[in-house]
Amino acid sequence: MRTRALALRIIRQFLRDKRTLALIFLAPLLILTLLNFIFNGQPITPNIGTVQLPAPIIERLNGTDANVTTYTNQEEAKQALEAGDLDAILSLADGKPDLILEGSDPSMNQAILLRLQKVMQASTPTIQPNITYLHGKEGMSSFDYFGPVLIGFFSFFFVFMIAGVSFLRERTTGTLERLLATPIRRSEVVGGYLLGFGIFTLLQATLITWFAIEVLGMYMVGNFGLVLLINLLLTLTALTLGTLLSSFASSEFQIIQFIPLVIVPQVFFSGLFNLDAMAPWLQKLSYIMPLYYGADAMRGIMIRGESIGDIQLDIYILLGFSIVFALLNIAALKKQRAI
Amino acid sequence: MSNILEIRDISRSFHGRAVLQSIHLQVERGELFGLLGPSGSGKTTLIKLMTGMDRSDSGEIHILGEKVPKLSLLKRIGYMAQSDALYNELTARQNLQFFASLYGLSGARRNERIDAVLRVVDLLDHKDKTVAAYSGGMKRRLSLAISLLHEPELLILDEPTVGIDPVLRQSIWQELLALRDQGTTIILTTHVMDEADKCDRIGLIRDGHLTAVDSPAALKERSGTTTLEDAFIVLGGGVLA
Repeated sequence: MRTRALALRIIRQFLRDKRTLALIFLAPLLILTLLNFIFNGQPITPNIGTVQLPAPIIERLNGTDANVTTYTNQEEAKQALEAGDLDAILSLADGKPDLILEGSDPSMNQAILLRLQKVMQASTPTIQPNITYLHGKEGMSSFDYFGPVLIGFFSFFFVFMIAGVSFLRERTTGTLERLLATPIRRSEVVGGYLLGFGIFTLLQATLITWFAIEVLGMYMVGNFGLVLLINLLLTLTALTLGTLLSSFASSEFQIIQFIPLVIVPQVFFSGLFNLDAMAPWLQKLSYIMPLYYGADAMRGIMIRGESIGDIQLDIYILLGFSIVFALLNIAALKKQRAI
Repeated sequence: MSNILEIRDISRSFHGRAVLQSIHLQVERGELFGLLGPSGSGKTTLIKLMTGMDRSDSGEIHILGEKVPKLSLLKRIGYMAQSDALYNELTARQNLQFFASLYGLSGARRNERIDAVLRVVDLLDHKDKTVAAYSGGMKRRLSLAISLLHEPELLILDEPTVGIDPVLRQSIWQELLALRDQGTTIILTTHVMDEADKCDRIGLIRDGHLTAVDSPAALKERSGTTTLEDAFIVLGGGVLA
């Protein structure tokens, strides 16, 4: 009953705080939409200059989605390259193709090399392999691959911040002390926070997931309910971690200081970036990052259509994180009241 | 004669600095007891030890026959902190509803008590305003109302009238005296001398020592002074100018 009263109070406070509501519900949608535009936008069209190339090659190059400009001599083309009008110059030197890349943008370099390859291949007929996909589909964008991780990340990040600040404010305004002068148990305080915030995080998780899949058209072959479950578990971890860490902060500013320490490393280890290139012992750091498990499960469900059995380890670990953080939080409240 | 509060040899220090040293005190049922002392003298620390928010280094506190800290004891104590611990986003009634639920009040009984305490502090007409729109004095009264919700046997008030205008202070004191006459024991802290004069007994606290405990009249007599202010200085070991 005290837990419920505390949860009800948190909900009432939330409903009066329109800005925080907007931050929880609208900010993740805005950022996801922007990311969608970035990763799902138009394919790159390189500007390639050619110098005295045979007409058939130019024609083939034109067919590979590139802006081709012909120059009469190398000098002119080089000037254009330096001026930034061109991304590459293709010419023939001693009968062999000669390519000069502008070179500062790796993804542009890749795109140009890919086109060049196509042009070369076309001159010698090859056997086309038959391609099938076990998971995913042809033309799947990077947004579809990052998406599941991003959904989990935003749920985690915003809940961490808001829960941390709310609990901190309860302490700095003296209401926590007042609260603890009532016969409420420390576990009921933590439980009330979990319940009150839990309801909002469930709504948030539902909205973000629905928006990403239905409105942004993120690739999704799995069970919607499972995505929600993982998202909820992830936000519970964020909630318990946020409130726990707020015990070690004395101002809102100090909560912000936790971002580079707690949030940013998790992003690196969450699977947004491929960790295979990292030293193996460093890779193991990901095992202590809640976001790693959440991201793994989200990707499994959304891209590979995994069932609850496939992701049960992730579920147990996320639950374990939440329970440990909540227990530590109950213990940390001893600082405020001896019993 | 029954002691509602019994403090035995309490000491407390923070970071090696002694804040309270060897405090002994008894407060009887039905008394209005005042702790008088300048800021930093250890009043709030003593209050926090009584409510169980803090643990003493040595000594024992018994309230209503139970050893502090004890969770069930908090149900029988009303507490008002020095700062107004209110939820500014919520209305006065929502604040009261929240605390009433924490004290286990529900349904019709809860609404009845909420109206009763709002009437006591004269905020009935403002109950649906958000606390953010309240003046300092109104917040103080609402804090007092919250401490009265569950009809506690013992009321512990930390500087209840600080920052309140004289008219309002008068009305709060009338209310406190009425509560005492109904049998509620009240322990409060103050650094205002004329408020201390209204208490049945006062304890003078200075630099962590309880220098004297008696009725205001007896303290003046004992020190051979005519005002409590002078008595405070003399009994604290000082010399009158």
